[in-house]
Parts: sequence; C-alpha cells; structure tokens
Amino acid sequence: MAVMSFIEAINLAMKEEMERDENVFILGEDVGKKGGVFKATQGLYEQFGEWRVLDTPLAESAIAGVAIGAAMVGMRPIAEMQFADFILPAVNQIVSEAAKIRYRSNNDWSCPLVVRAPYGGGIHGALYHSQSVEALFANTPGLKIVIPSTPYDAKGLLKASIRDEDPVLFFEHKRAYRLIKGEVPLDDYVLPIGKADVKREGDDITVITYGLCVNYALQAAERLHDDGIEAHILDLRTVYPLDKEAIIEAASRTGKVLLVTEDNKEGSIMSEVAAIISENCLFDLDAPIMRLAGPDVPAMPYAPTMERFFMINPEKIERAMRELAAF
Amino acid sequence: MTQKAKGMPKLFASVDTSVKELVDLEIRTATDTAELTKDKAKSMYKSMEDIRNFEENVKRFFTAGEIPGFVHLYAGEEAIAVGVCAHLSDEDYITSTHRGHGHCIAKGGDLKGMMAEIFGKATGLCKGKGGSMHIADMDKGILGANGMVGGGFGLATGAAMRNKYKKTDRVAVCFFGDGAANEGVFHECLNMASIWKLPVIFVCENNLFAESTPQWYSSASRTIAERAAAYNMPGVRVNGKDVVAVYEVAGEAIERARRGEGPTLIECVTYRNHGHFEGDEQSYKAPSGEEKEWAEVDPLEVFRQYAIENGLLTEEELDQLREESVRDIEEAIEFTKESPEPSPESLYQDVFAD
Repeated sequence: MAVMSFIEAINLAMKEEMERDENVFILGEDVGKKGGVFKATQGLYEQFGEWRVLDTPLAESAIAGVAIGAAMVGMRPIAEMQFADFILPAVNQIVSEAAKIRYRSNNDWSCPLVVRAPYGGGIHGALYHSQSVEALFANTPGLKIVIPSTPYDAKGLLKASIRDEDPVLFFEHKRAYRLIKGEVPLDDYVLPIGKADVKREGDDITVITYGLCVNYALQAAERLHDDGIEAHILDLRTVYPLDKEAIIEAASRTGKVLLVTEDNKEGSIMSEVAAIISENCLFDLDAPIMRLAGPDVPAMPYAPTMERFFMINPEKIERAMRELAAF
Repeated sequence: MTQKAKGMPKLFASVDTSVKELVDLEIRTATDTAELTKDKAKSMYKSMEDIRNFEENVKRFFTAGEIPGFVHLYAGEEAIAVGVCAHLSDEDYITSTHRGHGHCIAKGGDLKGMMAEIFGKATGLCKGKGGSMHIADMDKGILGANGMVGGGFGLATGAAMRNKYKKTDRVAVCFFGDGAANEGVFHECLNMASIWKLPVIFVCENNLFAESTPQWYSSASRTIAERAAAYNMPGVRVNGKDVVAVYEVAGEAIERARRGEGPTLIECVTYRNHGHFEGDEQSYKAPSGEEKEWAEVDPLEVFRQYAIENGLLTEEELDQLREESVRDIEEAIEFTKESPEPSPESLYQDVFAD
C-alpha cells in the first residue's frame, strides 16, 4: 500500500500492464518524450521505448483508427485523447468501427482498446478543455464507459479495461488528478467493469454519482452525519452499460434518491439512471427523483464566476441532500 | 454540363478534362517482362472469373427481389483486387469498402459464406448481421468491408503498425475509392503511415465516380496519386483494367513495404460500369465517345488476350477456368438457398465478448 494521487495511480496501472504484456502500448499526442500534458505517461517512454509510447501527430481520428486496427490484430492499445473534448474528431472511428466490429464480423474480430481522456472542468480550461462527453457515447452498445472516482479504483479499473476484450472509454476527471489522493496497493489487482460500488452505507437518502463528484458526495455525507442523517452513496464506476441491479437496490434501500453529475442535465447519464429507477422502483420511492447537474449550456464558460456556478461542489450536494432528506 | 449550368463560370479548370485525358495521365501499363508463372496466371484468372460470376448472380437475384437491402457491384474492376491480392497471403491484411465483394473474393474469402451473407443467412460469414457491405473473414485476414466511406484507413494503418512493431514482414492493404480520398482520415492516415514507415499500401480504385459525383469535379488534384508527394511516399498511377499492370505495380509496393521502406499510394484507374448501387438510375452518367470506349474495356478480356499472346494459358485452359468458376458459384448459391435464416433473437449475440 502507498498513498498516491489519482494520476499516479493511472500511471502505475499502465506501467504494470505494459510490464505484464508486451502487446500493451500507448499512443497519443505528447504522450512519449513529454510524458503527457498532465504527466499521466511520465517515465513510460524511458522505460518502454518509442514504439510502445508512441508520439502521434495531431490527428485524433487516426489515433483512434490506428488503435482500433492494431487492437483487431492482437495489440492492446491505450489511445490517449489529450482532452476529452478532443475526442470529437474520433467519434466516427469509435462509434462506427470500434463499437461494431465484433457485432458485424461474426465475432471474428474484436477490439480490445482503451481510449483514455481527461474530462471535466474546474481548471479554467474554458469551453474545449472542460467538457464531460460520456453521454455522447452512452447510447452506443458495443462500448463500455468507465469513470473512476478514487486512486484505488482508477488503478484497478484501468488495468481491467486494458485486459477487457472490448473497447473501453476511460474518462479521468482532470481536477481529480492531483486533488484526490488515497491508498493504492502496489500489487496486481483488477476491479470489475460493469459493476457499481457502494462507497458509503446509509438508510436515509441515496446518492448515485460517479467520478470526481463521488468524493464531493462523501464529504457532504459526513456533514449530514453530524446531524444524524445517513446517506447511502453508490459510485457507478461504469456509466455505460449501467449496473441496473445495483441502481435498483440503492434506490429502493432509502426511497429518496439524488443523482449527481457534472455533465449538463438533459440527456445525461443521470437521465438514464432516473429512467431505470422510474421503471423499477416507483412504489419504493418516498420522494421524486432529484437531479443535480451542470446547467444546460453549450459548454463550460471561462470566467471563474461562471465556472464556479457551473461546477458541482460539496456545498451544492449537501444542500440538495438536506432538501431531499427533509422531503 | 447540364442546361442549368450553361453560361455559368467554370468551377475549376479540370472540369474540362476528358475521361480519355484523365485516364491517360501519367499511367503505368504492363511491361513485356512481367514475371507471371502459369500457376499464378491461372489463379488470377480464376479469381477474376469468380468475381464476375459472383456479381452477375448477385445482380440477377437482386433484380428478382431475392436479396434484401442494397448491393454495390464490383464487376468491371476485377483487375485491381486480383492484381493486388495475388501478392498477399492469409497472414497479410486487407480492408475493403462498401463495394467489397471483389476484394474479399480475391483475398480468398469463402464464396459460400459470402453469398449466404449477402442473402442474410445464418451461415453467412457474419451470421447475417453484416450483409453485402460488411463482409469480414478473420482466417483470410479480411478486416472487413465497410459501409463507412474511408473506414478502412485507420484499420489498415493500425494493422500495419502492429506488423512493424512485431518485426514481421506482413503488410496491410487499404482499398478505397476516389470518393474516400476526399475524407479527412485519408490525410491523417497517409501522413501517419509515412512518418512511421509502416508496411501499408493504399490502393485507390478510381472508378471516376463517388456515388454520382465525378472525380474530375470533386478532386482539386487531377490525380489521386500525385497527393503522395505531400506525404513523401511513392505515388503510382496504373491502368486499373489491366491486371498485369496492377500486379506489377502492387508487387513493387508490397515488396517495398515488406522490406520496411514504408507505404505507397497506388491509384488504379478504372470505370464503374454499374450504378453506385443496383437500381441506381445513373441519370448523371451517359458515357459516349472516349468515355464509352474506356467503359467497355473488359479486364477479363484484356487478361485473356495477354495470357494467350504470352503463352501463359491457352484458350481452352481459360475456358475451363471459366466453367470451374461457374460451378463454384452455383455451389455457393445452392448452399445459400439451403441455409437457414438467423433467428431474430440472435441479434443479441456478439455485442461483447462472453
């Protein structure tokens, strides 16, 4: 066990997997010599060489496309999109090729690919360095979307994603990179993809969320605990396809559900979570499903005042939790 | 020029280029010293006949309403797929296009499984999920035909990246059309393949039409091959109706790739004798004069003549191969007709690994 930051856990997961399997390689913009703009791949170029930590031209469509082709013929590529916003030129490759290749080829070809990308705001990155893009991909069967919340989860889930036989989009909250620290085992472990994780047990209200917001929800829950309100917190971990069983169980447990995402509200992951709860738990609910999400505007604005207004924080979650508890 | 366009300024200079000029522009033809063995010539001619017969039957069944969906026929372009694939083994990879039957046959794709796939049968190469535009066959290194124009660039470049990393001499061939040459991913992948010197061959089948849009309208460069200069790789324009010429040019490019010297862009000039899809009225296309002459050049006849003149195969041998091919396609049709349809519930299979 060691205490490390979120990004150190990501780095360690890749290092361990590259040591374990020579077919694992990284490609992306500035991932090699520079070690990545956030330093997620730091030291890997020196350890594994230029063909396994491959600096690419600025060409997201080809980064994804080449990774997909390599994955089909036996490699285990980790394609880094420098910012999640930059994944958009690669959408056609991911949605038309990666997600469908197994389905359309009689199970002949598969695409064991990981696309890593830092998402989310809070670093004054403005419109194209702050977005949450998971919902764009979350109605594309054939893809898995994993969003870890802690360093422990990040390492175990990234290793599982690299070993997965199907394409995984792995989104990392860039604000979490250095903000969130935690205990991480130094030995080999994987965490299951497709399974949500109860991060806190409680019987009064349920909070369902993912990514950085899990940490904020846990902080808010401690404040409520001081007032005798116990929150049950479910971390989705995999936001697509969703762990329906865990969602139903968590919602039914307290009958009061708050759904939190930094993405804008309409058509978000939480829209689907709300639908699952509505379909399955209507008679177990004691309050309307409540959603706390980013505002429905085209992207994260730049000015600190507006960005603060956009971002989820522990105080916002606490207010919503108290409101729900009092319902 | 349509009536409407009369009197309007020309969009750009190359509009006036005749098909004849375009076809003749810096084009490679077969040399007298092509190194073709009798066995190779046999297998190439058989493959061309297979494609022709396969497509004629697909057309027949499609017209009779027995094939669901739509089909894009390759007949008339046989020399390209066959000339290139004659150099490849099952270990080499190809990516194909929406007009992909010819590539898959030339690469050794199972005729029965292909025909069954086009009919949407459970015994099809993709169990009926893919159909005409998405035939894939792992055993033969066919990374898949592709309903997305330009879909093969990334896959072939990626497969080539693996070949280089593994230090094998396998190559990947990306077949694409003149239309796909205008997709952005063409640029990204040719550039990437060249900076890394990947063993990939980009084979443009310039049949002069992207659906209804002629190449001389949609491409700012007069040829596709000349774009290779921008990527610092060889670009060769070849008569795509002459299988021997394609065989020679492809052979050089593939050997170059196997030696680790990087990618080549080959532009095979041909003509799309069929509509974009079967049933296409083709109101945009009325070949006359030199265009008609070019359209009527039959690559199978060109090769027959070459094989006879060069003492490779006799007329009898060629006829025998033609008959063999007819029988093989008949067997594929029989197999298809006897094959069951997939169960509706099988649509849930193969989304993820089990």
